[in-house]
Amino acid sequence: MPATTLAALHPGDFATIVSINAEEALHLRLLALGFRTGKQIELIRKASFSGPLQVRIGTTDILLRRSEAAKISVAKL
Amino acid sequence: MKRIALLGMPNTGKSTLFNRMTGGAARVGNWPGITVELLSGKILLGSDMVEIIDLPGIYDLHGFSDDEQVVRHFLHDNVPDLALVILNTTQIERQMSLLLQLKQLDMNIVVMLNMADEAKKFGISVDVAKMSALLELPIFLLSAKYGSGYPEALQAITKALRYPTPGMAEHLRSQLEQDEHIETEMARVLQHTVQIPARLSDNLTEKLDRVMLHPWLGLPIFFAVMYLLFQGIFIFGQPLQTGIAGLFAWLRNAALAPLLSSLPHAVQGLLLDGIYNGVATVAAFVPIIVLFFLFMAMVEDSGYLSRAAFLMDALMARLGLDGRGFVMLLMGFGCNVPALMGTRVMRSRAMRLLNMLVIPFSLCSARLQVFIFFTAALFSAKAAPIVLFSLYLFSFASAILTALIFKNRFKNNEPFVLELPPYRFPTLRQMVLRGWLEVRHFLRRATKFIVAGVVLVWLLTHLPLSAAPASADTWAGMIGGALHPFFAPVGINEQLTIALIFGFIAKEIVIGALAVIYGLSGTALGSAIGQQLDWVQAYSFMLFTLLYTPCLATIATLQSESKQTSFTALSIAWSLGLAWLVSFVFYQGARALGY
Repeated sequence: MPATTLAALHPGDFATIVSINAEEALHLRLLALGFRTGKQIELIRKASFSGPLQVRIGTTDILLRRSEAAKISVAKL
Repeated sequence: MKRIALLGMPNTGKSTLFNRMTGGAARVGNWPGITVELLSGKILLGSDMVEIIDLPGIYDLHGFSDDEQVVRHFLHDNVPDLALVILNTTQIERQMSLLLQLKQLDMNIVVMLNMADEAKKFGISVDVAKMSALLELPIFLLSAKYGSGYPEALQAITKALRYPTPGMAEHLRSQLEQDEHIETEMARVLQHTVQIPARLSDNLTEKLDRVMLHPWLGLPIFFAVMYLLFQGIFIFGQPLQTGIAGLFAWLRNAALAPLLSSLPHAVQGLLLDGIYNGVATVAAFVPIIVLFFLFMAMVEDSGYLSRAAFLMDALMARLGLDGRGFVMLLMGFGCNVPALMGTRVMRSRAMRLLNMLVIPFSLCSARLQVFIFFTAALFSAKAAPIVLFSLYLFSFASAILTALIFKNRFKNNEPFVLELPPYRFPTLRQMVLRGWLEVRHFLRRATKFIVAGVVLVWLLTHLPLSAAPASADTWAGMIGGALHPFFAPVGINEQLTIALIFGFIAKEIVIGALAVIYGLSGTALGSAIGQQLDWVQAYSFMLFTLLYTPCLATIATLQSESKQTSFTALSIAWSLGLAWLVSFVFYQGARALGY
């Protein structure tokens, strides 16, 4: 179960959120969208030209940039 | 009068429910404690009139984005008799946190679990009675879109309003540390009441996204969709417009002219050539406006705009903006004003200002009228849609240029985190309601600006009475003459200059003003302008119209949203300067090439 960040996952990968290392405002927004330690997350796709990622937590699909995804540590399943 | 506040996260169908409750009879109003305007509507519930207020969608009551502060301040200064909390049933596991935050405020609450239809499709089942008992709140499952469950919910609201309102607790800003308590409470309630299948299966959304968000096909498909949309508006809208214009001309010749023939010549002129011609020419565009907003509503409600944000974010990031900024630009195609207000979701002020500087370059529906009129008058039926599309490209290009030039002045590191809703298909009812709201908005503007505008144009082009109408000796001629040195290098003549001045107030007036200046309406006006101008002059005029300040309402919104006069001035000066420069380069360049 190697630890990595959300940004390093590939489309189709499942992982568990280990920690969120974001500043206060972003942290709160992520919490409101369902990002919580221990939750399972799936990387659906990555946009071309280093664009954002589409991830799924539970029933919610979320877009976020790679720079934000790099602040979320995950354990790949 | 008792007051009901609608509260919920974004994408919960809050506005759909609001529209259903008020039947679209909403008005924009000001409220104590907050500086932004909110939609509200009055309806009869039981035997009392009550006022319903649609608050902005928020994720978190304790957050610090503009919208979240608006909601907090509103609740603080206008304690509602009832808070109607709308949750998206398909996302109930994370939306419950907002409900519990609101519950801590000791408000009178009724809960609506909306999108019951979608939840059913996902296989999510909710034990409403049990949840209601655990939370000690009245809870109802409904579909605001299709109306199921709605009558029962309305009854409960009527009943809840009869109870006195408990005092609102002052601990509104209680820290988010309390969310630990909220999380355990949430887990307890959810565990007992909601069943969610392990893996969701919305096959349609998955399948569509595999194509629409394809790494290489996504962007070409997006531009193709947009192109077809505008092509569609042109193809369907233009015959309608010509037909209505013909109808107005017939009405004038058959009924109005004989009826008014006994009046003095000048009064006849003011009524027929001024007000009637001006208003009729503008009114002929109503079908195009309706069509435009119907198409926009379809795209907006379908969830495709969030996909556009996904596809375009990489480019927007290089411009110092993000995917949401691109969506605002698209919304600006309808009207710049709501797009400017939409920037409130951004936390970083620098990014908000940069977005607000860029949005006025969106080719709004009012400008679209002018362009449809000119392209029809000067270009072949085959070339017209391509000319129109080129103007949309210019609109994007100037937005990009503006962002590139100013991105260092408005540096920011706003995070980009956005929810991606599943595809939804708007119901006919939703689309009709939306179209009707837009027509009403248009007609309201018409009575406010257009009538006054065309009367003023008529007076300017006919006074003093000794001068020949619209000649160089009239007041309008003098103004046009005075500004001629400024507009001659870009190929814009005196008559068009007058129209541009009035276009500063609202672009809807431009065509009406031309109708009055030329004393013609509809098709006759088109052919008169077609004979007087060549395509280079017309295109230069359209470029200028596209880029200079959209309208007074946009300026007022820029000012009220930025609260900074120097920023508003920068926006006006930059767009005027860019308009002149682009028209100049185009006009002189085309002439130098021998066109």
